[in-house]
Amino acid sequence: MTGRDLDPTLMRLLGSDEPELDCDECFAQLDRYVELELRGAPADALVPGLRAHLVGCPACAEEHESLRALLELDSVS
Amino acid sequence: MAPPDTNPDVSAIAAAPALTEWHLDLQAEGARRDEAVAHLHGLLLRAARFEVFRRRNSLPQISAAELDDLAQQAADDAAVSVLRRLDDFRGESNFRTWAYKFALLEASVKVRRRAWRDREVTLEPEHWESLAHAGPGPDDDAENAALLEAVREGIRSALTPRQRQVLVATVLEGVPIDVLAERLGSNRNALYKVLHDARRRLREHVAAAGFPEATR
Repeated sequence: MTGRDLDPTLMRLLGSDEPELDCDECFAQLDRYVELELRGAPADALVPGLRAHLVGCPACAEEHESLRALLELDSVS
Repeated sequence: MAPPDTNPDVSAIAAAPALTEWHLDLQAEGARRDEAVAHLHGLLLRAARFEVFRRRNSLPQISAAELDDLAQQAADDAAVSVLRRLDDFRGESNFRTWAYKFALLEASVKVRRRAWRDREVTLEPEHWESLAHAGPGPDDDAENAALLEAVREGIRSALTPRQRQVLVATVLEGVPIDVLAERLGSNRNALYKVLHDARRRLREHVAAAGFPEATR
């Protein structure tokens, strides 16, 4: 049984051993990261540790989703 | 201007400001600065309204006027943060994107705290026993049961009281980290570090108990 096969609650309890940013570092990089994502650039390679943080932190993940959604809305309006 | 509808579509959100170098005027003086600050506030209000209405399902008891008031407060607070941190902007993204994130942060934190305002946050460590209900079902094998017991034992014995409190509240009780931080007189970043350390200790415990593959 690997971590990927775990019940979602167990996955959230155990987290990942991948290196990750903390919340403040995530916030500092979030605008750059989302713009890279929307340009199709390799955001995870250029901002290492941010994706792992989003997996472990629901609050930062919500703000990432919102910023991405807002920029996508801007691009069509 | 009438407050946005409780079930708005994108028409409830003002049009995005044009992409220009207007933000440079935020560090000017007089009327130019005033105009730039007003422009900034409009942009932040747009983002805050977007976030508040995006999360409105978590506030079913709140009227449209109260939702809009929440967005206004978030935009006001975000404007203060942006103006205080202008020197942090290094041009690695568009200024509008950089400013948006402050409004989204303020709005999302306000929505979470408002949603939990009248809810009790249980901080009793015993609640981690509820993990039994989140684990494998009756058809799962003995390995799953043993893993679950290793996790329970890890929560019981490998964590500090603070780590157990934060892990149980955020993961098992679903308390948003900003809400927990407010109740504990802390902040998101500090609590996330506690959570991160708790997870690392729990992984070490589970690996030592014979499940190293479960922590990868």
